[in-house]
Amino acid sequence: MANKIPRVAVREQDPKVRAHNFEEVSYGYDKQEAMLEASRCLHCKNPRCVGGCPVSIQIPEFIAHVAEGDIAAAAGVIAKDSLLPAVCGRVCPQETQCEGQCILGVKGEPVAIGKLERFVADYMHAHPEQSQAVEKAPANGHKVAVIGSGPAGLACAADLAKWGYEVTIFEALHKAGGVLVYGIPEFRLPKDKVLAKEIEAVTALGVKIETDVIIGRTVTIDSLMEKEGFEAVFVGTGAGLPRFMGIPGENLNGVFSANEFLTRNNLMKAYLDDYATPIHAGRKAVVVGGGNVAMDAARTALRLGADTTIVYRRTEVELPARKEEVHHAKEEGIEFRMLTNPVEVLGDENGNVRAIKCIKMELGEPDESGRRSPVPVEGSEFEVECDTVIMALGTSPNPLIAKTTPGLERTRKGGLVASEGGATTRDGIFAGGDAVTGAATVILAMGAGRKAAAEIHKKLSEN
Amino acid sequence: MYKILEKRMLAPQIYLMEIEAPRLAAAALPGQFLIIRDDEKGERIPLTVSDCDPAKGTVTVVIQLIGRSSHKMVEQYQVGDSFEDVVGPLGNPSEFVNASPEELKDRRYVFIAGGLGTAPVYPQARWLHDHGVPVDVIIGARTKDLLIYTDKLASACDNLYLCTDDGSEGFKGVGTACLEDLCAKGKTYTNCVAIGPMIMMKFATLTCMKLNIPIQVSMNTLMVDGTGMCGACRVSVGGKTYFSCVDGPEFDGALVDWDEAMRRSRQYKPEEAAAMESYGK
Repeated sequence: MANKIPRVAVREQDPKVRAHNFEEVSYGYDKQEAMLEASRCLHCKNPRCVGGCPVSIQIPEFIAHVAEGDIAAAAGVIAKDSLLPAVCGRVCPQETQCEGQCILGVKGEPVAIGKLERFVADYMHAHPEQSQAVEKAPANGHKVAVIGSGPAGLACAADLAKWGYEVTIFEALHKAGGVLVYGIPEFRLPKDKVLAKEIEAVTALGVKIETDVIIGRTVTIDSLMEKEGFEAVFVGTGAGLPRFMGIPGENLNGVFSANEFLTRNNLMKAYLDDYATPIHAGRKAVVVGGGNVAMDAARTALRLGADTTIVYRRTEVELPARKEEVHHAKEEGIEFRMLTNPVEVLGDENGNVRAIKCIKMELGEPDESGRRSPVPVEGSEFEVECDTVIMALGTSPNPLIAKTTPGLERTRKGGLVASEGGATTRDGIFAGGDAVTGAATVILAMGAGRKAAAEIHKKLSEN
Repeated sequence: MYKILEKRMLAPQIYLMEIEAPRLAAAALPGQFLIIRDDEKGERIPLTVSDCDPAKGTVTVVIQLIGRSSHKMVEQYQVGDSFEDVVGPLGNPSEFVNASPEELKDRRYVFIAGGLGTAPVYPQARWLHDHGVPVDVIIGARTKDLLIYTDKLASACDNLYLCTDDGSEGFKGVGTACLEDLCAKGKTYTNCVAIGPMIMMKFATLTCMKLNIPIQVSMNTLMVDGTGMCGACRVSVGGKTYFSCVDGPEFDGALVDWDEAMRRSRQYKPEEAAAMESYGK
């Protein structure tokens, strides 16, 4: 029986070693391991994993090809629904999506769908000669602008290019990739080896990427449409504005947003000696928050030499981060203090952080999200000594585009108002990903980009 | 790539560079800034726009040799070379750019410019002067040789006042003392704008508060992306935290927490000093 085979463990860098470098943590499967793991799939008649995937990748189908050793065929199946398999295989929260639905997971361990997806993508990067040529429609003469080169924008641009559109992506930063390049660290998503290749696949379709253009400042959407001949615009600008807690001492020297800390390290490569970017991890860092960004910031601070603690106001069960990241962070020696909430950052006489004052929390009644909300335990304040505090409390969409584009409406939470297919309140302007929903996942953004591409195609091909 | 079309020394340690950046040149308004990254391994350096020529597609910045990155930008790049990235315009234009003629008609501006801050005063004064708003400009420097942009500013204002700490040119004393002197002699202003080192803007604010002149200051805080993403540029204004890149860069000087702002600008001092040392200065 296939399901008697235990889940094939993935080889990883030793935690003690990787705590001091930025090399990728997981080595991924080799072909033999992947084929063995793929053989565990039961090929359910009604595959629940597909329903658990936000872009409905035909999972059993690609896994069957892997089991047979036909990796190019597996890649072909994935490519029908996903543009960024090497990225998603690494960063998707599989335990709450595909793998969370796997029937094998009821009594044992689910099929390692994410690891298999990653294997397929990495294999194809290593064997480009095996990849099937992408079908591309002849140029149709329509121009579409895509704003932002993160997962939503790349996905939207790629589909449109395949259908014959002339697509330009405008990127505000100096490098394409959005959160994949500034947010997710090298040890989780190698930039040159993996990400650059997936972006190259998009530019290979003929998509132009113009960096250093801030839509709303350098040029407005209206100007792109009126003066530069773009007939439709897709806004995939993400959720880039960091939140702070609003507690005393937050502007002391040594308090950073996770965005700043990670951008310095990932986009600006502060961890490499030959880059000019300064970064301050300090001797002892406290990271506030429990999501993937908190894990990334903590593990980055650790690698830069800081003794690192994560404080989170709920319990470990509620940590929103991927389980694997929490597990890796613990292995690497990061201390977790749960049910702990900062109330003040304390400084020394020079205005540098010397400690963070926290209060113990306990779980009370469930809130609207269904999670039990944490309430402070009176009189339980205590100090944690540190010289760096990193706030990883979530992000919200940048208001710049809405502010500079008349008629583009925003929701109360700051996202753009958009339909399921991405149509905004302005004709010809579409949006998707975190810019609409607020911070979510790479795969959801990619899915939204593709839906909007289909809507744009429908609209422009009707004319 | 963004080609350097002109480079010249304005004063010891202070250089002007005119750079090809057509999209930016067409969009920049007074008060806005840009970010330059010289090469793949460089920092993103925010600089205020000192001039732009939309027809030619160029922007002008003035750079002072302070840290490793500014030294490298000036010493290793010549006319004909290109910077890897020049992005902008960033931040909000000065308030007056969006004011109605009605609002502008009773205003009388005085600018206090210090050091490197003199250059970005130019597009602002120019705009007001061209719109018929009375403008006086006070430029302060330690000594005569460090005064920059004097000819350009002379053409963009009603009265230009030069001041030097050592009295080698014009009024002997700092810019704020010059303003007090002018007001004592009967000059009246409805608006002041100060651009320069933080310490100078702090004192300009104190003087203006004493003279009852509302003052705008341009906050040259630390930044990474300049688009609101990192929050490195946090500044407390009226007890609230703002991001100078997207909420500023200009704020009401009377409401700025200057001590915090100056302390925050020293955040990476040790790292910067180490970088300078490794650069060989």
